[in-house]
Amino acid sequence: MTTEYETHDHDVLIIGAGGAGLRAALGALAQGANVGVVCKSLLGKAHTVMAEGGIAAAMGNVDAADNWRTHFRDTMRGGKFLNDWRMAQIHAQEAPERVHELEQWGALFDRTKDGEILQRAFGGHTFRRLAHVGDRTGLEMIRTLQDRGVQMGIDVYMECTISRLLKDGDRVAGAFGYWREQGRFVLFRAKSIVLATGGIGKAYKITSNSWEYTGDGMALAYNAGAELKDMEFVQFHPTGMVWPPGVQGLLVTEAVRGEGGILRNKLGERFMEKYDPKRMELSTRDVVARSIYTEVREGRGTEHGGAYLDISHKPAEYVKKKLPSMYHQFKELADVDITKGPMEVGPTCHYMMGGIRVEAETAQSSVPGLFAAGEAAAGLHGANRLGGNSLSDLLVFGRRAGLAAADHAKTVQNTPLDPAQIEAAARELLAPFERKEGENPYTIHRDLQDVMQNLVGIFRTREDLTRAMAELGKLKARAEHLSVEGSRMFNPGWHLAQDLKSMLTVSEAVTRSALAREESRGAHSRIDYPAFDATWGTKNNIIARAGNTMTLRQSPVREMPSELKELVADEK
Amino acid sequence: MAEANFEIFRGNNDGGQSVTYRVPIAPGMVVLDALHHIQAHHAPDLAVRWNCKAGKCGSCSAEVNGRPRLTCKTRMDALPLDKPITVQPMKSFPIIKDLVTDVSWNYRVNKKIPPFTPRPGVKWKMYQEDVDRVQEFRKCIECFLCQNVCHVLREHEQMEQFGGPRFFVRVAGLEMHPLDSKSRTKMLKDELGIGLCNITKCCTEVCPEEIHITDNAIIPLKERVVDEFYDPLLMLVRKIRGAKESG
Repeated sequence: MTTEYETHDHDVLIIGAGGAGLRAALGALAQGANVGVVCKSLLGKAHTVMAEGGIAAAMGNVDAADNWRTHFRDTMRGGKFLNDWRMAQIHAQEAPERVHELEQWGALFDRTKDGEILQRAFGGHTFRRLAHVGDRTGLEMIRTLQDRGVQMGIDVYMECTISRLLKDGDRVAGAFGYWREQGRFVLFRAKSIVLATGGIGKAYKITSNSWEYTGDGMALAYNAGAELKDMEFVQFHPTGMVWPPGVQGLLVTEAVRGEGGILRNKLGERFMEKYDPKRMELSTRDVVARSIYTEVREGRGTEHGGAYLDISHKPAEYVKKKLPSMYHQFKELADVDITKGPMEVGPTCHYMMGGIRVEAETAQSSVPGLFAAGEAAAGLHGANRLGGNSLSDLLVFGRRAGLAAADHAKTVQNTPLDPAQIEAAARELLAPFERKEGENPYTIHRDLQDVMQNLVGIFRTREDLTRAMAELGKLKARAEHLSVEGSRMFNPGWHLAQDLKSMLTVSEAVTRSALAREESRGAHSRIDYPAFDATWGTKNNIIARAGNTMTLRQSPVREMPSELKELVADEK
Repeated sequence: MAEANFEIFRGNNDGGQSVTYRVPIAPGMVVLDALHHIQAHHAPDLAVRWNCKAGKCGSCSAEVNGRPRLTCKTRMDALPLDKPITVQPMKSFPIIKDLVTDVSWNYRVNKKIPPFTPRPGVKWKMYQEDVDRVQEFRKCIECFLCQNVCHVLREHEQMEQFGGPRFFVRVAGLEMHPLDSKSRTKMLKDELGIGLCNITKCCTEVCPEEIHITDNAIIPLKERVVDEFYDPLLMLVRKIRGAKESG
């Protein structure tokens, strides 16, 4: 077989066009690199657009006492000290400048009375820290970055899926994939590649994530020989919609609680008093999600199996101004007027703390020339992410990945790529068309979501996780025999067959890591090991590929310098 | 369980036909849920764009019973179920396949618009009352429903001469930004053809973000164009004082 494909050359190829990918593109462009950006959707539709609450940055516009040290401490504590301290430090130090930069590129944040960028309270943050635009901060951010990128001259390959990274010796040297529209193949040769593909939510049944969130970047990196880290830490956002069924899992922004929203069970009890009397509704996400789940499990849930979240004690105009999309979302999709009565909410799979293991300063993975930023990368958030720290993560480490990728590109040349690797990638993509009478990818996807939701969810046990491993094995075997109907023209069934491979890989990594960590920490709760374990507190789980086998090992958490230890140690 | 019949366009730009599918109805279901059901159970290759399923990304635009809508926000219980529900691709754009259209023209128009250009040495202070009106424009999720219904594009296909409501909203957001220094009025007149709009407000009616496109964006921009290019007195004053740099 001789595969037909088009070829594009770039210094830096960025896979993913959300906040991290676009910020990486701008970083690389600023270094004079020739940049290509590949994305599965149309430009501007990436999941960043869904981010609601805000960008965490210690600017001190509202609470003057705020500074990077407090932000650092909040992040480390929220992450239960599994975070890479250096990433947390860089993040806290650089976030304010990244926010100001957005403003200078045209973003319009809500304002304080003095004309500064307004900041709001969020769970786990000591001070009011989130720069925001009502509850559509992500839209503002992606539009600003997108317009800037287009203006500066990035080449964007929209609706294009990458299925394989190609290597030249040890280093990454290209990527192979297909145009979703026509199904034609495409080869990118690049000196550096940045993975900014987001998370894995679509492996779960109840999720706030869009179809794109299938763990592609993590699977691509894993297959190319890079390491994955902290994969057991999947964030369940405490507040997703629970009713009606079609919108189950849809995000209800933490800004509702940031603006004063109160959680109650069906008995009218403000149950957070039991679980975190100090921080109440603004406790960290892991705690609030577990609290709601526990209330429901113990029979105090609402009609549709959630908790009540109420903001109707605030003036109706204020709610509409600060939470406009929540107001519309509930009014239009659930017939609930949130200015008059409570919402019903429950946990929804929202974010992946784990991901590609990267170096703090450069965002480079263990494969030369391969970088990762944003949700696809691991390290900043440790065992639990604070709300608002994702958008700032995208900006800070997106930029750093772009700069480092451009620097790296100066040291190598684009080379002809191994035809055997290309042929293998093409064959793999076409295989589902050649098999007849195989299973439909949608069925396998649905079963995968059930397994992950029921056996690798908020509360975990060895028994469930062991069963999940067995189920995943069966699903993998089924996926190897699936077939797709129709042609290569914009064929969602075929697209899903490809995405499913990524989901199966990351699901196995999540389950394997969760099984190994015999303790409860942050977003990882083991019923059979309900407490912190001091030894596990010093270890990160690392996943890597050895031949066709997924391996797991532990690596020591990097030790903090003494001045940072002091920062996080005072008052418990 | 109640069921509904869907008549969905299957085909491409060379032609196609409506195909009927039966879909069970669940409480609170939206049209996009039905499309997903059809993909999973009847037609795995049915081409549909979507992302957030929450009315925030503007990907799932289509024409439901002849009305341009976001399918993720179109509730089944708001549609009559005694006859089939028709779902067609947006009419103003070339069809790629089924409900997916080629919207690349919009991205080409966007590229022409000069970006936000702050005044040199500007102090980064802005007050809420000054940004309120611009924030309305920045709510746009680029669903392109306004472009789809605008008769200048839909009936007259003036893609080369006209930018369409989406991009008037975008330009309004730049022109009314408190710290922007560039004028885009010449471009509005010459390249984006704002004069072709005869303010029938079709765009405003379909905007899922409820942006007052005609009243708050297009009309003020038209006034700026008139002031700058058709008001003899102002033209004279400008000539004497020296006009703002025009992009």
